[in-house]
Amino acid sequence: MIYMALYFAIGCYGIGLVFNLWRIARGPDAADRILGLDTMVINVIALLILFGILKGTAMYYEAAMLVAMVGFVSTVAYCRFLLRGDIIE
Amino acid sequence: MLIVIALLPFIGALVPGVMIRAGRNACATFTAIPTLLALVMLMTLAPQVMDGGVVRAELEWLPQLGLSASFFLDGLGLLFASMILGVGLLITLYARFYLSGDDPMGQFYTYLLLFQGAMLGIVLSDNILLLLIFWELTSLSSFLLIGYWKHLPEGRQGARMALAVTGSGGLAMIAGMLILGNIVGSYNLTDILAAGDLIKSSEWYLPALILILLGAFTKSAQFPFHFWLPHAMAAPTPVSAYLHSATMVKAGVFLMARMWPALAGTDAWFYIVATTGLVTMVLGAVIALFKDDLKALLAFSTVSHLGLLTMLLGFGTEAAAVAAVFHIINHLTFKAALFMTAGIVDHETHTRDIKRLGGLAKLMPITALIGTVAALSMAGIPLFNGFLSKEMMLEETTHTVWWGNPWIVPALATFGALFSVAYSLRFIFHVFGGPVRDDYPHHPHDPPAGMWLAPALLCVLVVAIGVMPFLATPIVNMAASAVTGVPQDGYLKIWHGVNPALFMSIAAVAGGIVLLMIHRPLDRVWAVMPRPEAKNIFDRLMGWAVSATRWLTDATHNGAISRYLAIFIVATVALGYVAWSGGGISAPTRELLPVPPVVAIGWFLLVVATGSVVIMHRSRFRALVIIGIIGLMISSGFIYLSAPDLALTQISVETVTIMLLLLALHFLPKQTPKESGALLRLRDGVIAAIAGLGTASLAYVFMLRDIDTISGFHLANSKTGGGGTNVVNVILVDFRGYDTYGEIIVLGIAGLAIFAMMDALLNGPAARRLRNLDLSSDRSRDRHPLMMVVATRVMMPIAVVVGVYIFLRGHNQPGGGFVAGLVISIALLMQYMASGFVWTQRRQQIEYHTMIGWGVVIAGLTGAGAWLAGKPFLTSGFDYFHIPPIEEFELATAALFDLGVFLAVLGSVMLMLYSLSRMARTAGETVNLEPMDFDPADRVQNEQEAK
Repeated sequence: MIYMALYFAIGCYGIGLVFNLWRIARGPDAADRILGLDTMVINVIALLILFGILKGTAMYYEAAMLVAMVGFVSTVAYCRFLLRGDIIE
Repeated sequence: MLIVIALLPFIGALVPGVMIRAGRNACATFTAIPTLLALVMLMTLAPQVMDGGVVRAELEWLPQLGLSASFFLDGLGLLFASMILGVGLLITLYARFYLSGDDPMGQFYTYLLLFQGAMLGIVLSDNILLLLIFWELTSLSSFLLIGYWKHLPEGRQGARMALAVTGSGGLAMIAGMLILGNIVGSYNLTDILAAGDLIKSSEWYLPALILILLGAFTKSAQFPFHFWLPHAMAAPTPVSAYLHSATMVKAGVFLMARMWPALAGTDAWFYIVATTGLVTMVLGAVIALFKDDLKALLAFSTVSHLGLLTMLLGFGTEAAAVAAVFHIINHLTFKAALFMTAGIVDHETHTRDIKRLGGLAKLMPITALIGTVAALSMAGIPLFNGFLSKEMMLEETTHTVWWGNPWIVPALATFGALFSVAYSLRFIFHVFGGPVRDDYPHHPHDPPAGMWLAPALLCVLVVAIGVMPFLATPIVNMAASAVTGVPQDGYLKIWHGVNPALFMSIAAVAGGIVLLMIHRPLDRVWAVMPRPEAKNIFDRLMGWAVSATRWLTDATHNGAISRYLAIFIVATVALGYVAWSGGGISAPTRELLPVPPVVAIGWFLLVVATGSVVIMHRSRFRALVIIGIIGLMISSGFIYLSAPDLALTQISVETVTIMLLLLALHFLPKQTPKESGALLRLRDGVIAAIAGLGTASLAYVFMLRDIDTISGFHLANSKTGGGGTNVVNVILVDFRGYDTYGEIIVLGIAGLAIFAMMDALLNGPAARRLRNLDLSSDRSRDRHPLMMVVATRVMMPIAVVVGVYIFLRGHNQPGGGFVAGLVISIALLMQYMASGFVWTQRRQQIEYHTMIGWGVVIAGLTGAGAWLAGKPFLTSGFDYFHIPPIEEFELATAALFDLGVFLAVLGSVMLMLYSLSRMARTAGETVNLEPMDFDPADRVQNEQEAK
């Protein structure tokens, strides 16, 4: 049962990734692209955790945590660039 | 002892440049001391060599390559070494008085000793690779000596020409020597000399012979390479006397003599060497007669005598080799004396033009006496040593049959000797003879004793050997035995009875006198005769070479990185293809791993994103966002393929890179202009696609096979040898700690360099452009949003704890100093982004420069700590400790080393971003002293105060 749920979830997040890509490609403006990328990071985090459950190891959780910790930093940087131009003022 | 002798001149070369401050005499004395010391040491070894022994000394250097600093001293080496050191002493004395006060004497003596050391190295080397190094060193040091008078264009040109000719000859010789070493299977001269038959029967004999002879002929100024020697006469006279008569030009002759047992005796040797020598001898003698410049006359005479020596060695008979050795000694004595005489004449009268000289015998009798004795010896007049060896040479020619013709060699040799007599007598009569003139540029008189002492000493030798040849007999026999490899015990004498050589000698002297009498009309004929000017030909050849290389350089290095990359990639692909098609590849031993759909999606995203960057790279910001996808997919790929270390590093590096690029992009155009045409882009696209496909298929093929790599060793020894279970970290801090140590230094340098460059940039003209930049348009007024400030403050301690955790567990679990450094720098960068530069910088107590420094120092000290334990640098140690109530834990020095890595990485990354962000403030950006735009706490406080 858990495996079916896992595979289903993994499949959904996988399709989610493709949609993210679509958003990043289409735009229409830069904010959409940044959001698309940020969502993509979140989807990847989700996939890592799901893989961790699937394989039964803690290593993936940790990696997911680290991605979560630093992943949003680049999103912030992109946004600051759009809003203020200079990211460190 | 031999090694000390060989090294003494090099060590001594350090001294004169310093001693010149103590005066010219001190400088000359300290040049003479190492020479004298080496000579004395050599003499203590001499008895052993005279008895037929060989002295050896060896110093292992790179035994794997057949390179060892091995020296040996046999008869030939002893003869040359004592010549080099003996004449070196005389030249030192002579140069002290020759050089004027304006010349930098310290420099001169330093060059001289360098040259002396190189020359000594050639004659003492027992390893041909070592010999080659010294050989090139003589070319280089002679370049410095010929061009010593830097203000003279002739000096510079002559030096360049000498270097080009002898240097390229040296290159040919390197090839020849390598072939020789390959044939014999050893680079030891002793082995090579013993393997003469093997070498001569090898099919590579001829190429090796020609290449080695090219080296010898260029060095010894043999036709058609003789032209550089006269041009090298622009050097100061002591240099001409030392290099261009006594030592360096003899190096080629020495080499032929040294290689005589290994190479001589074949038809090829005879026809190449003897013919070249004969032509050079005759040509040099003829040209010498018509030169009005004293030194040019002597230079061509030297060419002629070198030709004579080459010819004798070319004959390949033992008797001829004995004659050659004897003539080497005789030529040294009279020619060095003659050069010094010419130098004295030049020094006193300020001219070397024979047409402006004459009658000097009455004005400078001592010099005239010296010059006359030496010149008579050069002419081959009896009772002087030149006569003896010339007689032996003529005698040998009568036994020589050239292409079935028994008289052509003796006839030409007599012809050469005739001209030799003529120019020698011209030297005497046109310079010293005749009436005293009153139109010398400077009124001459005899120089101080220091100047004529050296040539006088040589003249004593000339006469002594000439009258009592038995004095030289043991030395000649000793050297000749070494050349031929067979003991020689002949004896030298003046009177050989009535034989063909005597008649040839008489004919030469008589003809020479006649020739001198009709010199004036002959000179006029010579002046109008057309002849090729070697310098023009050489200049034209050099011109061609320069334009050809310039074309090649311009074609490959046009400054466009796309061209470099194209050349590099095409070459790599071609090499890969050759390697691929050459060797067979075994059948695959591994199954392809299954590809789950989600992984396929990740792959698809990666491919699409990569393709999109290629298409959209002109829109820079969009390309940066897409690069974000690539980084994310690669990192998650690493995690999926069980490389958590790589993933951790990758994701941190990605984040830092994006920030760095965004910082820079702020000041750059947001669009990349098109710089190349469609056709060019198509070409580059094709090249890139081929390279990518090639790499991919290579990776594919290799991953389907089990290949024995070093990984197995690392896995097996990580815990036992490095004390850690995280192999990646153990490799970084232990197995390849040296690499890491170098890398953090490089990283630190890069950080400091960016800082320095930015500093220079912001103080230069670019700063003006920056200040005029208008970046204020269309920006959000939400500068430091409250939400972001609060979020990053909360994140900071968490991120730091994660960083510390990753660092601490690094030795056994994924992590380590490098990743930890990146994680903490990201945590700090967040504060910079949220609250602005100035606010954050005020709270940053440690300077980043210092942090880099400490990182490198800690890593270095940890490495050096291994010395205390008597182990090599960077050997790590670890042990297990048990302090209740804590569980047993491990302490490794590697962790301390990792701390150094951590600090260096953190410092470098922060310094780079810090430097880049300085641009904004130069551009007139204002700074924020408050942590956020609007602080609600302030408002509450204000309200309370208002109440």
